[in-house]
Amino acid sequence: MDWLYIYMPIAGFKIFWPGLVLIGFSVGVIGGFFGMGGAWMVTPGLNILGFPMAFAIGTDIAHIAGKSMIATFRHGKFGNVDYKLGFVMLVGTMIGIECGARIVMWLERIGQVGRVVRWVYVVFLFLIALMVFVDYAKAVRKKKRGIVEGEKGAEGITWYKTLHRIKIPPMVHFKTAGFTCSAWLPIMVSYATGVLAGFLGIGGGLLRMPALVYFVGCPTHIAVGTDLFEVMISGLYGAFTYSLKGRIELVAVFIMLTGAAIGAQIGTVATKYSKGYGIRVAFGSAVVCCMISIILKQLKYNLPAAILILGAITTISLYIMITMFRGAAAELREKKARMATAHSS
Amino acid sequence: MRGIKKKLHGIFGLIFALMPSLAWAGGKKASMLVVVADTRRISNPIFHYFANLYNTNITLFALWAVVLTALYGCALGLLMDFIMERTGLDLRTRKIIEH
Repeated sequence: MDWLYIYMPIAGFKIFWPGLVLIGFSVGVIGGFFGMGGAWMVTPGLNILGFPMAFAIGTDIAHIAGKSMIATFRHGKFGNVDYKLGFVMLVGTMIGIECGARIVMWLERIGQVGRVVRWVYVVFLFLIALMVFVDYAKAVRKKKRGIVEGEKGAEGITWYKTLHRIKIPPMVHFKTAGFTCSAWLPIMVSYATGVLAGFLGIGGGLLRMPALVYFVGCPTHIAVGTDLFEVMISGLYGAFTYSLKGRIELVAVFIMLTGAAIGAQIGTVATKYSKGYGIRVAFGSAVVCCMISIILKQLKYNLPAAILILGAITTISLYIMITMFRGAAAELREKKARMATAHSS
Repeated sequence: MRGIKKKLHGIFGLIFALMPSLAWAGGKKASMLVVVADTRRISNPIFHYFANLYNTNITLFALWAVVLTALYGCALGLLMDFIMERTGLDLRTRKIIEH
């Protein structure tokens, strides 16, 4: 069974390569569907395979950059990426990440960094999950009462409508996302999510995707695609800085990317067969799993935390794959029926 | 002369031996861990080149890492696009339904 193991030339150890392909595949499915990098899933997965922690984060970030590129490619063809919005947000994201990193350095100086960062992360994950589920419950209530507002149908939380009323110039129209707002709104939102991402040491997809929906007013599908575009650029930058620090294993990145290429197609195409709220609720569930796993780790229950993360990855991936294959099968059946009717007439 | 040489050797040897413990006793924050790729165990010439680059020129290695990741991502994206186009699915339009 030696062929199942590959030598990592930089880290200097052998690793079970099908495990890397599987991690890449699952994170590709989930990332393509939710529009996030998924570092919280990859790092523990790599650790379980025996990857040294020093290499796990850098390898993970480089793989996320490549994977987001593949998923952005597919989302772009669907028209799910608002490149103009992505570039505008990039300004706030970059400045925000730098500010967040400086806050961490200040906390490091006063010796509080570890505990503060982890608990702030937990609080934010809790707030995101709460926001998603409250929004869903409100939207369901409105739909039952027959209250439908605009093109988007019944919506729960509509904070973006209030924020769109702020008319500080320059006003910008985002054609793909389908709204006009002050350029300062996406810049400030991306700055805030950037500060948090830099502070928490994460890619930011987990924060930016819901922020795009609830504060900027993007339809869910466009939020997913545009967020992946942002993750791709910040991931490439992250890959460069971690490589400079010597914390990357290129062979592992390439193996994981091969699995992610297939997974990202499934995750991205699955968004076509999902309603916006379906994506939001599944995203909320993923956030809850992430939050519980961090609490378990904080309480030193490392094994249950790893089991929870792996269980969540498997369940969510299966849900997305079933959605994709069912939708694709229905579409092909419909296409076949249409062609048969055209032939007979 | 030989005596002075011996004494100097002894002092340098002692400093060398005590260096780690002196650094430890200094109590300052440990510097970043330096990882060196063991190129002696690599037979593949491509792997050998990158492992060697990692040890000797980390900036060029970082540039290669980003460029290769981007290129491989693009290549896989194009390949998967080619395959997916042949499934018969409509991959250019979708309806946005929120609820």
